[in-house]
Amino acid sequence: MTWIINNLDLIWGLTLEHIRLSIPPIVIGFLISIPLGWLAYRFKLTRGILLTLAGLLYTIPSLALFVILPPLLGISFLSELNITIALTLYAVAIMARSVADALASVDPAIRQSATAVGFGGWRRFWTVDFPLAGPVVLAGLRVAAVSTVSLVTVGILIGVQSLGYLFTNGFQRRILEEIFAGVVMTVIVALLIDRALVLLGRMLMPWTTVAKQKAPAPALEGAPA
Amino acid sequence: MIEFRAVTKRFPDGTVAVEDFNLVIPSRKITVFVGSSGSGKTTLLRMINRMVDPTDGDIEIDGDSIMSKEPVALRRSIGYVMQNSGLLPHFKVIDNVTTVPMLNGVPKKQAREQALELLDTVGLSRSIADRYPSQLSGGQQQRVGVARGLAANPNILLMDEPFGAVDPIVRAELQQETIRLQHELDKTIVFVTHDIDEAFLLGDQVVILEKGAKIAQVGSPNEIMAAPASDFVANFIGTDRGKRALTLKKTEAGTILVDSEGRGAGVLVGGSESA
Repeated sequence: MTWIINNLDLIWGLTLEHIRLSIPPIVIGFLISIPLGWLAYRFKLTRGILLTLAGLLYTIPSLALFVILPPLLGISFLSELNITIALTLYAVAIMARSVADALASVDPAIRQSATAVGFGGWRRFWTVDFPLAGPVVLAGLRVAAVSTVSLVTVGILIGVQSLGYLFTNGFQRRILEEIFAGVVMTVIVALLIDRALVLLGRMLMPWTTVAKQKAPAPALEGAPA
Repeated sequence: MIEFRAVTKRFPDGTVAVEDFNLVIPSRKITVFVGSSGSGKTTLLRMINRMVDPTDGDIEIDGDSIMSKEPVALRRSIGYVMQNSGLLPHFKVIDNVTTVPMLNGVPKKQAREQALELLDTVGLSRSIADRYPSQLSGGQQQRVGVARGLAANPNILLMDEPFGAVDPIVRAELQQETIRLQHELDKTIVFVTHDIDEAFLLGDQVVILEKGAKIAQVGSPNEIMAAPASDFVANFIGTDRGKRALTLKKTEAGTILVDSEGRGAGVLVGGSESA
């Protein structure tokens, strides 16, 4: 415990840095996944192309992606932007598919009902289809978030500070405790972000948590004659 | 008045759901399309609010072709009630009912007040306004569906097998409510069902459909029962058997009506008892 107690400031600083690095890829990846997921859901052709690309993308090791991206995009190898873009791509790879699946999971009868009462296409998507796809979208978002938090650690290999520093530094200096602290804090950050997403989901989708049962109080009034 | 003129619907896969269909649906009455599955009855209904567009022919509402109207605006001007209520599961009851007025730009406060009044109209307590549809019974959901259909105060209400999924007791209640509402509100109601009893109970005009939306007979329930136009109709409405094929039977206690199985079905009242 001595190393940890002596380095609380370092651990805390790296944890904040880690969270700061994790959030942009999750948020940007989510926003990009909505139109892509919609394209994949809506058209058979784009579905095949997008989902195959997403699957392939996910098989590229993160370190390789950190090396490929800079020359492609004309950015520095050692920049934070490099990490943000790479992790956004991974997040999209996960979430585009889940958005597509989520949209497909919406009951067609409800869609049709919304059209029948006069929702136009655009409005129907944002008020009916997307909210109802919410629970499945959230499931994908949670996977992407946890995956991003863990991938941020790899950034240390190109010099971007995060809890990953505790892995490499602990490994080089043979301080097991330091590595252990890094692992635990990464897991805690992942759990915290996951928890926050679940709570956000409950707040935004209150209908998913109401008890599915008949009203306890008699809600029918005597039918007027 | 809704008028179908030589309407044909051919789906891309080649099936002809409706062929050369002509019908006048009178205003402020209940017209019921009744037929088995595949009779095209739902397709006919969905053509009225342009959920389905005809391949040929025209449909007019009060003399204006609906083809010249913008589908979304047209749908907002026509009430629609469907099976399993079709309520939006993520909207509270009150928000479901205010959906169409809000789409039409009615201020929220006013829309909510009207929605609460509509809950009264369809026989629901205002206390359910803040519940989600999943917290209601099937019958209550269906009533909310009717309230939503009425919310924009449309002249026309389309009802697509609205009571198909509720139990018989609730269905009977809802049928009576529909009749009451029609008397109170004076809407033109077009109702689709596969249940001939429901059709005869509700319909001022009943349209019996064969495959491909071919009209087997149109008329009031009495007209159809008194003179079925064909064997198909007689068979469909059951005047050749069962509880609609009644005969007089003399018993020691008096004369009664019996069905084709010989079970007592009722008595003749009034002058004709001398038989």
